[in-house]
Amino acid sequence: MITYTIRRLLLAIPTLLVISLVIFLLLELSPGDPMSQVPLTVPDSVKALMREQLGLNGPWYERYFKWLYQFAVVEPMVFFDWAFGTNITDGWFRMVSWKSRGPVFDEILQRLPQTLWVVGMAYVVGVLIALPIGIISAYRQYSVFDQTGTFVSMIGFSVPPFFSGVLMIIFFTVQMPRESFFWFPSFYDTTLVVDSWASFQAQIRQMVLPVMVLALQTTAQISRYMRSAMLDNLNQDYVRTARAKGLSEWAVVMVHVLRNSLIPVVTVIALGLPAIFGGAIITERVFKVNGIGDQLIGAIQANDIPTVMSLTFIFAILIVVFNLVADILYGLLDPRIRYD
Amino acid sequence: MFNKENPMKLVNALLGATAACALAPMAFAEGHEGERGRDGNVSIIYWQAPSILTPFLSGGTKDTEAASLTLEPLARYDEAGTLTPWLVEEIPTVENGGVTEDLTQITWKIAPGILWSDGTPLTSADVKFTAEYCMHPDGGCAQLTKFSGVTSVETPDEKTVVVTFDKPTPFPYGPFVGAESPILQAAQFANCLGADAPTCTEQNFNPIGTGPFKVVEFKPNDVITYEANENFRHEGKPAFASITFKGGGDATSAGRAVMETGEFDYGWNLQLAPDVIATMEAAGKGKAVAGFGPLLERIMVNQTNADPALGPDERSVIRPHPIFKDIEVIEAMSMAIDRPLLVEVGYGQAGKVGCNWIPAPPAVVSTTFDCSTPDIEGAKAKLEAAGWVDSNGDGVREKDGVEMRILYQSSTNAVRQDFQALIKDWWEQIGFAVDLRNVDSSVFFGGDPSSPDTFQKFYADVEMYANTFNGTDPQSYLGNMLCDKAPSPASQWQGENMSRFCSEEYDALYAKLTETADAAERAEISKKLNDLAVAGGAMIPLVHRGRLSAHAHSLGGVKLNVWDSELWNVADWYRIKN
Repeated sequence: MITYTIRRLLLAIPTLLVISLVIFLLLELSPGDPMSQVPLTVPDSVKALMREQLGLNGPWYERYFKWLYQFAVVEPMVFFDWAFGTNITDGWFRMVSWKSRGPVFDEILQRLPQTLWVVGMAYVVGVLIALPIGIISAYRQYSVFDQTGTFVSMIGFSVPPFFSGVLMIIFFTVQMPRESFFWFPSFYDTTLVVDSWASFQAQIRQMVLPVMVLALQTTAQISRYMRSAMLDNLNQDYVRTARAKGLSEWAVVMVHVLRNSLIPVVTVIALGLPAIFGGAIITERVFKVNGIGDQLIGAIQANDIPTVMSLTFIFAILIVVFNLVADILYGLLDPRIRYD
Repeated sequence: MFNKENPMKLVNALLGATAACALAPMAFAEGHEGERGRDGNVSIIYWQAPSILTPFLSGGTKDTEAASLTLEPLARYDEAGTLTPWLVEEIPTVENGGVTEDLTQITWKIAPGILWSDGTPLTSADVKFTAEYCMHPDGGCAQLTKFSGVTSVETPDEKTVVVTFDKPTPFPYGPFVGAESPILQAAQFANCLGADAPTCTEQNFNPIGTGPFKVVEFKPNDVITYEANENFRHEGKPAFASITFKGGGDATSAGRAVMETGEFDYGWNLQLAPDVIATMEAAGKGKAVAGFGPLLERIMVNQTNADPALGPDERSVIRPHPIFKDIEVIEAMSMAIDRPLLVEVGYGQAGKVGCNWIPAPPAVVSTTFDCSTPDIEGAKAKLEAAGWVDSNGDGVREKDGVEMRILYQSSTNAVRQDFQALIKDWWEQIGFAVDLRNVDSSVFFGGDPSSPDTFQKFYADVEMYANTFNGTDPQSYLGNMLCDKAPSPASQWQGENMSRFCSEEYDALYAKLTETADAAERAEISKKLNDLAVAGGAMIPLVHRGRLSAHAHSLGGVKLNVWDSELWNVADWYRIKN
């Protein structure tokens, strides 16, 4: 198992290098210009100087290697300095956003907590709701509960968050009276510091709407997987055997069937984890949550290449890593699968 | 004994004075004055989030205005567009001796007692440093045009700044005037000159200023927290103790947050359909306010041949345009457009019929043209008279074998696409065949010389966008129509003369403007230049666009300013208590 993991990790390095090059070239070839948001009152000659200042005049391979060096060497060393209090990177040029002129990684770190809180919470909530729904739906196939569950899942699948999000805002923020308990803010307040019971409540309140929108989607997906995995197992011979041995229905379903059904579902959940770090571009935009997804879309609009590159590449790393994690989990959960 | 009454008079006078003193705060309490920070927090939403608080490194309106709460210029424009002393005693003019007779030198006198928010005094050295910062050759300063022509900035004493220009400059209020050109603190930015400018993250995110507020925390592209500057020069100002400046979302959600849900007190630049604004106002939490600067939505008319068959060095470079060489064609196109309908469809209270390239300020607006009534029949007759007839019966007029087939491009934007559809219909009624095209605005306005889709390249016959100028003096804006400002391969497609308009008369008159100091005479020349460009077919003006912002009913003191930062008088904002 360990050799397998090491082999996979080593193989990931060339894969990631190719991915980074592809991302860079795609951005390079796509139209757009970091000066497009500068007002027209700034003349072209001044914009040309600003572009030069950003280092846009060099050949593409020079810019690519500069980015790679900053991503792979400078930023990890800055982290090392920060963690151990050393000063190795003093005077080094950090990777700087073209939009804010501040270090890209500082901004990512500033935004990651919001994404983890909101999107992560939505994922947890979604999974917690989805598992029981999937189990009951499968056990009582074609019952009213199953039909309702299917209906809700279909809504979750088919209604995009830019619609459900705005719908929630109109219902819970605009129509709902401000004094009502069910009034929720549509703007995520980043400046809120949770240090008391009241501020904790405020934090929960401002997370309600985005978490609801996102959890609906997660629930829809996972509950469908859970249901079909349960159905596959419920018809197996070993279930009949278990029942014939006189086990209670609870033991049959929750111990024998559920454990076997969870194997593919755990994989699906693990593969969905990078999406948490990726943030939820649309939902974060709709609710003004300053997370990673919001940062990515803002950077794309402003053609802030260093930020776009770094974020997409981090997602690539996470996807590669979580694929590996899913494979390893599979091996741990299912004794029939062995990699060595 | 000799004057017994006098002490009594004195006592009375003193009593009166005391009473007046005692009464004064009561009078203030009824109005809106009192001690600094009495009104708590005010929240502002800009749907474009500020990225940096140094206007010299960004140039984006959102960044400039967020910075204007902290950083201030020596003088700025008020809501009427009048130049107002801000950190100085008076506006230097030739009359008061602040500007030399030969118009090459301006002397600013910094008002006494102005402190930075860290408690140190503002001196002329800071002003001089600001000029060095922006004029540094490696700096990439976005506001470099503000300093064009400046040869030196001298500081004879602590409070005096002398700016010298390389030639007579009739309008010397470029450097250090307006929200785009504020004063930086020399001590803070000393190590941030030139190539080092972007590395000064701490300074760029948290500039020390003289303004009513100071930055507490800056989260790039998200939210800024300010608190009242305890060293601010005006007693009892600002009324608010802190500001939450949130950025992000879109114009709709910003409008909703101010006017419908009441989550924010002030929302900036709400480019929304008129009926959407009306619905939001009906919710009763806030209202929209409009102001009109020189922003004009226009159709630029290509004076060069944009035929795709031409090579890269000739397309949109060689003259003339096969159809637009007849000025009657452009006149007919303008006549066919129903501008009042465009205003109603696209902008509502934030738009007016636009007939002039320079639609504001009032002093320089020409009255030559009236374009508010469309005349389809008149346009047809004009084309007939000019020899453009539909001889082969395909619905498209032609002359000398050239058919009136044109490509009409613009940036991707809901209102612009509505305009394109309407205008296409009107033009086709008078005998044009119009193809429409829209390009993503990050490409269209991006200026990438390798892209064929930029508005500078203008690979189309007509293109629509909006443009404006800062401040109230149109000189540099009028300079955009000079022959040598036309983008071409030789200039790497840089330049502001999109329509490639070229007229010797225009260039000569512009040269005269740059040498004229008298305000009335300058206004006359500006009007003539406007007329030459519009009558000469460089563009078809469409809509004079205003700025629409919204504020809560409980927020008082807002004076929408389109000539400077919208937040220019934030020190005077207050909470209206019921």
